[in-house]
Amino acid sequence: MDIKIHVEEANGNLNTIEAPTDMALSLMEILKASDYPIAATCGGMALCASCHVEVLDNTYAEEPNDAEMDMLDTLPVVSQSSRLACQMPITEEMDGIRIRLMAEATME
Amino acid sequence: MIYTDLCIIGAGPVGLFAVFEAGLLKMRCHVMDVLPQIGGQLSEIYPKKPIYDIPGYPVVLAQELVDNLAKQIAPFNPTFTLGERVEKIERQEDGAFILETNEGTQCHAKAVVIAGGLGCFEPRKPALENLDTYEGKGIDYMVRNPEKYTGKKVVVAGGGDSALDWVIYLAELTEELTLVHRGSSFRGAPDSADKVMKLAEEGKLNLKLNSEVTALNGNGVLKECLITNKEGKIELVASDYFIPLFGLSPKLGPIADWKLNLDRNAITVNVEDYATNVEGVYAIGDINQYPGKLKLILSGFHEAALMAQSAYRVVNGGKKASLKYTTVNGIQSF
Ligand SMILES: Cc1cc2nc3c(=O)[nH]c(=O)nc-3n(C[C@H](O)[C@H](O)[C@H](O)COP(=O)(O)OP(=O)(O)OC[C@H]3O[C@@H](n4cnc5c(N)ncnc54)[C@H](O)[C@@H]3O)c2cc1C
Ligand code: FES
Repeated sequence: MDIKIHVEEANGNLNTIEAPTDMALSLMEILKASDYPIAATCGGMALCASCHVEVLDNTYAEEPNDAEMDMLDTLPVVSQSSRLACQMPITEEMDGIRIRLMAEATME
Repeated sequence: MIYTDLCIIGAGPVGLFAVFEAGLLKMRCHVMDVLPQIGGQLSEIYPKKPIYDIPGYPVVLAQELVDNLAKQIAPFNPTFTLGERVEKIERQEDGAFILETNEGTQCHAKAVVIAGGLGCFEPRKPALENLDTYEGKGIDYMVRNPEKYTGKKVVVAGGGDSALDWVIYLAELTEELTLVHRGSSFRGAPDSADKVMKLAEEGKLNLKLNSEVTALNGNGVLKECLITNKEGKIELVASDYFIPLFGLSPKLGPIADWKLNLDRNAITVNVEDYATNVEGVYAIGDINQYPGKLKLILSGFHEAALMAQSAYRVVNGGKKASLKYTTVNGIQSF
């Protein structure tokens, strides 16, 4: 199925994108494919943090994995809702999720 | 002033291999990088990861590839300026270039090769209000010269490997050392984490877990760091130096100001020789952009070979290089 993802950019712009759940994509890959300016330098290995997002609703309950926690731990600015988009597989449970792109992860 | 044929900006795999291709054509190279070590993304982001798509290597660790590239180019005696950022490129009347770094180092080159990857590796900075007031006046984002902290009061922030490694090193030198970490434990290298815990037990380190530096005080120079823990308890710690170590991430940086044609943070080039819109300036590797571009090490190596043929003409007053197999003559070093 296709799910909806609400994306808030660092400048406040809000948009909704659709993503298929059956293509084994991560949130990072969907954001890149939708032309959001995230760098995602390491291509999804939880090594660069340039896909840092915040999850803005509290219904999404997947826990970060170890590699993701390690990486988040090294960043200067994180919050309780910080996640690495590359470590978030697109699933049905994610439908309707709201995320915010962190300014420091973008290429500008 | 350093005099050379080609000045290569960026010591990533592509910049390094460019030294080889230039060397085969008897051009001398000087390589500059803002990082204190060579290797670009490979040494900075993924030194221990295996790479599988380098021809002839079924698998090679990123750092191993960098070490081998260093060996491969050694016969050509390249010179290096590391730990400095190239800020300016100025074209001279005779067509040559003078490059200048943030530390004032100058390089005179007949042609310039930008192998800047995703840009300059810059430190990730904490969100503190008057951070820039104290940059260079108590705040350091990298430890370049550890001796300068001898007998000083130092606060380090961060929970990654480099924060731990430096704390272990600095504990021998400083008068007072504090490590501030947002988490309640250290993830990653367990060895270093054990050592840090031991330093804290022995009283050689002031360890502040579940805490963050939330403000900086001083007058002209840094005097103290305000440390807040998760419960909201605030503590003032006298500090000659504050060293936030939150890793590095690439930013395009000064390249944006060099009057080169850019497309989405990359330099557009001519695919015949990877020349930019400025004559005598080439761009190879991840930093360039052309139809069909793949940001792979492989592509950068190929680009380096074509660039060198073209740069030869610039360096040698229009003379064309002739292509020789290395199997015929080997490597004629200089
Ligand atoms: C986790 C990860 C895995 C990867 N896996 C592979 C793989 O399996 N195969 C593959 O082919 N590729 C892989 N890549 C991509 C590969 O690393 C890049 O294509 C490669 O590093 C590009 O090399 P480069 O020399 O062009 O640039 P970089 O390696 O980015 O080096 C550029 C250097 O230029 C310096 N610089 C930039 N501007 C300035 C300035 N103004 N002054 C001074 N210095 C400057 C930077 O500090 C940097 O050190 C991977 C990348 C990552 C992050
Ligand atoms: S893409 Fe590098 S950490 Fe997600």
